[in-house]
Amino acid sequence: MKLNLQSIIRSYGIVIAFVMICAVMAVLSPVFLTVTNVLNVIRQSSIFGIMAIGMTFVILTGGIDLSVGSILAVVGAVSAGMLKGGMELLPVVSLALAIGVSCGLANGVLITVGRIAPFVVTLGMMSIARSLTLIYTTGYPISGFAGTFRFIGGGDILGVPFPIVLFLLTASIAWVILTQTRMGRYTYAIGGNEETVKLSGINADFYKTTVYVISGITAAISALILTSRLNSAEPMAGQGYELDVIAAVVIGGTSLNGGRGSVWGTLVGALLIGVINNGMNLLGIPPYFQLLVKGFIIIGAVLLDRLRED
Amino acid sequence: MRMTGISKSFPGVTALKRVDFELSYGEVHALVGENGAGKSTLMKILAGVYRADEGEIWLKNQRVVPKSPKTMIDAGVSVIYQELTLIPYLSVAENIFLGREPLRSNGLIDWSAMWLEVEKLLAPFNLFLNPRSVVHSIGPAFQQVVEIAKALSLKADIIVMDEPTAPLTGSEVARLFEIIRKLKADGVAIAYISHRLEEIHEVADRVTVLRDGERMVTAALSDLTVDEIVSHMVGRKLTEQYPTVEFPAGDELIRVEGLTKKGTCKDVSFSVRSGEILGFAGLVGAGRTEIMQLIYGYRRKDAGRIFLRGREVQLRNTRDAVRCGIALIPEERKKQGLVLGLSVIDNSALSILDLNTSFGFIKWPAIARIVGEMVRSLEIRTPSLYQKVKNLSGGNQQKIVLSKWFARNCDVYIFDEPTRGIDVGAKAEIYKLLLSRARNGAAIILVSSDLPEVMNMATRILVVFGGQIVKEFRRGEATEEQVISCALGLERQSTVEALAAGAHK
Ligand SMILES: Nc1ncnc2c1ncn2[C@@H]1O[C@H](COP(=O)(O)OP(=O)(O)OP(=O)(O)O)[C@@H](O)[C@H]1O
Ligand SMILES: [Mg+2]
Repeated sequence: MKLNLQSIIRSYGIVIAFVMICAVMAVLSPVFLTVTNVLNVIRQSSIFGIMAIGMTFVILTGGIDLSVGSILAVVGAVSAGMLKGGMELLPVVSLALAIGVSCGLANGVLITVGRIAPFVVTLGMMSIARSLTLIYTTGYPISGFAGTFRFIGGGDILGVPFPIVLFLLTASIAWVILTQTRMGRYTYAIGGNEETVKLSGINADFYKTTVYVISGITAAISALILTSRLNSAEPMAGQGYELDVIAAVVIGGTSLNGGRGSVWGTLVGALLIGVINNGMNLLGIPPYFQLLVKGFIIIGAVLLDRLRED
Repeated sequence: MRMTGISKSFPGVTALKRVDFELSYGEVHALVGENGAGKSTLMKILAGVYRADEGEIWLKNQRVVPKSPKTMIDAGVSVIYQELTLIPYLSVAENIFLGREPLRSNGLIDWSAMWLEVEKLLAPFNLFLNPRSVVHSIGPAFQQVVEIAKALSLKADIIVMDEPTAPLTGSEVARLFEIIRKLKADGVAIAYISHRLEEIHEVADRVTVLRDGERMVTAALSDLTVDEIVSHMVGRKLTEQYPTVEFPAGDELIRVEGLTKKGTCKDVSFSVRSGEILGFAGLVGAGRTEIMQLIYGYRRKDAGRIFLRGREVQLRNTRDAVRCGIALIPEERKKQGLVLGLSVIDNSALSILDLNTSFGFIKWPAIARIVGEMVRSLEIRTPSLYQKVKNLSGGNQQKIVLSKWFARNCDVYIFDEPTRGIDVGAKAEIYKLLLSRARNGAAIILVSSDLPEVMNMATRILVVFGGQIVKEFRRGEATEEQVISCALGLERQSTVEALAAGAHK
């Protein structure tokens, strides 16, 4: 292959955008490249980054999951309630994951067996899970937990914050699944041509359901991190997260039509959004302008990625 | 294998009426019939995709009731479907082994075993195809090879091929036939669907003719001539397949000069007069489709000028082209020609909506009249104008693509493989329509890999090789062999200069 500028941009467009934005930030703010800040950015990215990894599976099949923010809220609230009620750490974590699985399973079954569009099902689930959270919490935050639980969001292993460890772990597992197992290859295949998958004698509905379960699980993991970190479960936690999550996946080069994309892309996409959020705070950009800048950067990043197409 | 008394209806259509079909091991049994006769439906029933309303399937003297494609795959039936059904962004190997990936003991996919296996499968094809290539990037002929390799890898003893040669050209077809003969010698039973009747005589032992969902005849091929098969298919005697193309050409309508795009084509120049049919021959991948897309403004050119009626025009996009009276009828119906989820009328009317509105509102009655007329003259088999296009048979879908542009009056029509997958009767019909447009003064460009078609229809033939025009023939001037040797790049001649000289006169 020839090594010209165009082919480099083609293969690494998003990484280049990422490096460029980081370089600009490093020049503008002396704090940006300090170890504390870098770890801080990654830790903040890890919450929606983990969800974005689950979302990558969903979008690869050509689907969408709008309910992740609400699932995060309901998992956070119930876990917090149980902790307050005196439940041990391990049962709480298991329960949290079980709620994530159930919500995802409900989404998946309605989409495959009920033959309803993913957008509609998960939009409904978004509303239902949010409402359940409000009912459960009666609208008030549940706060103050024991030290062991606080480790999930605040602890570290050999100096690396635990959320980052979870983020990298999730990404690695997802990478193995997507590239090395049938489950993963069928995820791509369904997004590419579902008809063919069915004609090949593969239970496509099973795999389609599974991707929503995976998305539910990653939402539950993020819920534990967020609740632990804030030392509180807010009834409106995770509102609007689905947009950052979907943005991370799309910026990472995964096609919304399905069939094409990667976990590493999503990882970079999530970090990019993290850097933008962090950078704008460091630079003291007023909140009203932050969304504007973010919008432009998201569209710009994907525009750059479009160079691959033609 | 035996299918007896198979019937199948869809809402509004009876696709099959008590059809019997038999396959013995080591036999190639051809299945022919007009577009919409029910061939694909019959094979889909055999594959377990559709459930028959009536009738039985027997395999090796055992009755089977196919519940899903899986049951039939396990029973050794493998189908190469009419429309390519590969997954675009997976590799060749993954497509071949979809659903049967070899696993290592730890449950992960065993890539090296898979690649090795695929290399073994592809070896007899004698071509360079990397099992790791992404299918999306390898071109239609190779994609067909992948489909075939997939069927072979299933170790199926019954293989159904639904129009396998439609996207292939001469030498590739010959290679496919070699493979078919080898399979036959190994005792595999093959059902072979095709509209190219000459092919059938070459590979098949027996033939079954379907008409309107009923079986007309089953006979050994040695007992039937092509003409007899055709008359069974259409229920009447067909006269000339190709109409005579003799009338004076008028003024020059379109002239292309020095059309160039890096990696696609170089210095392509030609002109077409009113009433002329200019044929483009060449191999798949020679760059003909790309050249047409450049002219139509669908892709951007690096250099080159286009003149319409002697005036230079800038065609920046397809809309400019249509406004200037150019129509391009694309080669891939599913991807480029149709909106599959929309109805017949919605699809056919796409090209004429702008001409049939009053105060911004669409005049549906007028459109229904025009489209109804097209459906009748092209003999499109559809229960109504409101049937979704995806429910039509492959050939009828192709006719919808044609109807879309025949419905609009244009100066220049560019046809890219217009008769792919179309039955003999309808072909003759399409040729007549093509000709009537030419007679009314349109300029027609006909890109086709079907050599007899170009040779018989075109008033002049340009042969394209490697993105360049290598030779020009007048009608009746060349033999098929000469055209082929040019298409293979064996005979180069600087016609570019000759053409340029002609253009200056
Ligand atoms: N899913 C479906 N829904 C409704 N009608 C259908 C469906 N599939 C096929 N048909 C109809 O059944 C008839 C037979 O179609 P089939 O695809 O078997 O034709 P074919 O002989 O393969 O034709 P071709 O040569 O054009 O491929 C057609 O009239 C078609 O419109
Ligand atoms: Mg068919």
